[in-house]
Amino acid sequence: MHELSVTENILAIAIAHAEQNGADQVSAIYLVIGEFSNLLPKCIQYYWNILVQGTICEKSVLHFDHRPAIFHCENCNHEYEIHQEMTGCPNCHSSNVSLVSGNEFWVDSIEIIKNQE
Amino acid sequence: MTTVRVPVVENILNANDFVANENRKIFSDHKIFCINIMAAPGAGKTALIVKTIALLKKEMRIGVIEGDTASVTIDSDKVTLAGAPAVQVTTMGECHMDAMMVRKGMEQLPLDSLDLVIIENIGNLICPAEWDLGSHANALIASVAEGDDKPYKYPNIYRNLNVLLVTKTDLIPYVEYDIDRFRTGVELLNPGLITFPTSAKTGEGFEPWLTWLKSKVADAKA
Ligand SMILES: Nc1nc2c(ncn2[C@@H]2O[C@H](COP(=O)(O)OP(=O)(O)OP(=O)(O)O)[C@@H](O)[C@H]2O)c(=O)[nH]1
Ligand SMILES: [Mg+2]
Ligand SMILES: [Zn+2]
Repeated sequence: MHELSVTENILAIAIAHAEQNGADQVSAIYLVIGEFSNLLPKCIQYYWNILVQGTICEKSVLHFDHRPAIFHCENCNHEYEIHQEMTGCPNCHSSNVSLVSGNEFWVDSIEIIKNQE
Repeated sequence: MTTVRVPVVENILNANDFVANENRKIFSDHKIFCINIMAAPGAGKTALIVKTIALLKKEMRIGVIEGDTASVTIDSDKVTLAGAPAVQVTTMGECHMDAMMVRKGMEQLPLDSLDLVIIENIGNLICPAEWDLGSHANALIASVAEGDDKPYKYPNIYRNLNVLLVTKTDLIPYVEYDIDRFRTGVELLNPGLITFPTSAKTGEGFEPWLTWLKSKVADAKA
C-alpha cells in the first residue's frame, strides 16, 4: 500500500550506488521481497516506469527475488512454509513458532553499464 | 562498454529508520516514554486515548501526536478537550505515518514539560506496521467488533507489537467473537504478548493498562 514511497526509496538507493561506481547507465535492479512485506511487485513496477524517466535508471529492469514465509518450530525444530492461513507446527502442533523468513525487503544489487574503462 | 554487478544490500526503508532512531533518542533525552497506537479505522484509538488522559492527567503530563489522512481536526479537538496538548500531522492521503511526520509533530510539542507522548497512527492494519516512528513501544487496539480472525488476516502488525489492547469488550455479548481463536492467532505471531482487554465505554479493564503505562513512564525517568 505504500508502494510509491518505497519505489522512490529504491530509486534513490540505485542512483546513489550507480554514481558511486561511475555508471553511465543502470541496466538492472535486483530486489529481495518477502511474502510478509505486503508489497505488490506489480505496483512497484508501475511506479518505477514513471519515476525512472530521465534518470540513469531509465532503461533498467526490475528483478524480484521472492522469499516465502517460513516458520521455525521452537519445540521440534521443524521448518514449514505458510501459504494462506497461519498455522501452528504441522509436525508437533506446537504454537511456539517464530518467523525465520518472509520479512525481507532490500535492494540486493544493481547492474551497471560503463561506456569505457 | 562493460557491465558490472554492484552489490548493494541496503534496506529500502533505511531513511525512515534513521529518522526514527533519532526520534527515539530525542524522546529518551527528554525522559519521555513514547507509545505508537495503531488500529483499524474506528477501533477506538481516540476513545482509549481520551479516557487514558482523563485518568492519568493528574499524575503525569501527556502530549499527543494525532495522525490523520485529511486535515479534519475531530480527533485532536477531542484530545485537547480532554486536557492534553495535541498536535495534528496530516499525511496528505498516505495510509501510514512515517518518522519524519512524527518529527514535525514533536517540534510543536512542549517536550521539556512532558512525561508521555502518545501517537495516534492512521487507521490501517497493514502499512503502519512497516514504519518505525521512533516510539519506545508499539500498541495495537483490536476491537472485538472487528472479529476474532484479524491476526490471521493481518499478521504483520501483530509481530512488531509490545502491547495489545482488546477493546470494546462491552460489545462481546452482541458480536460473534471467539477470544480463544483470537488469542491462538496472536500467540503464533507474538508469543507472550502483553494483552489488556478494555472498554473505553465502561472503563472496564483500564486499571492494569494504566499500571503498565505508568511503569513504562517511570522507567523512562530512571
Ligand atoms: N461500545 C463501545 N464503543 C466504543 C468503545 N471505544 C470506542 N467506541 C466507539 O467506537 C467509535 C469509534 O471510536 P474512535 O475512538 O473514534 O475510533 P478511532 O480508532 O480513533 O477511529 P479513527 O481515528 O477514525 O480511525 C465511536 O463511536 C466510539 O464511541 C468501547 O470501548 N465500547
Ligand atoms: Mg481516532
Ligand atoms: Zn513442531
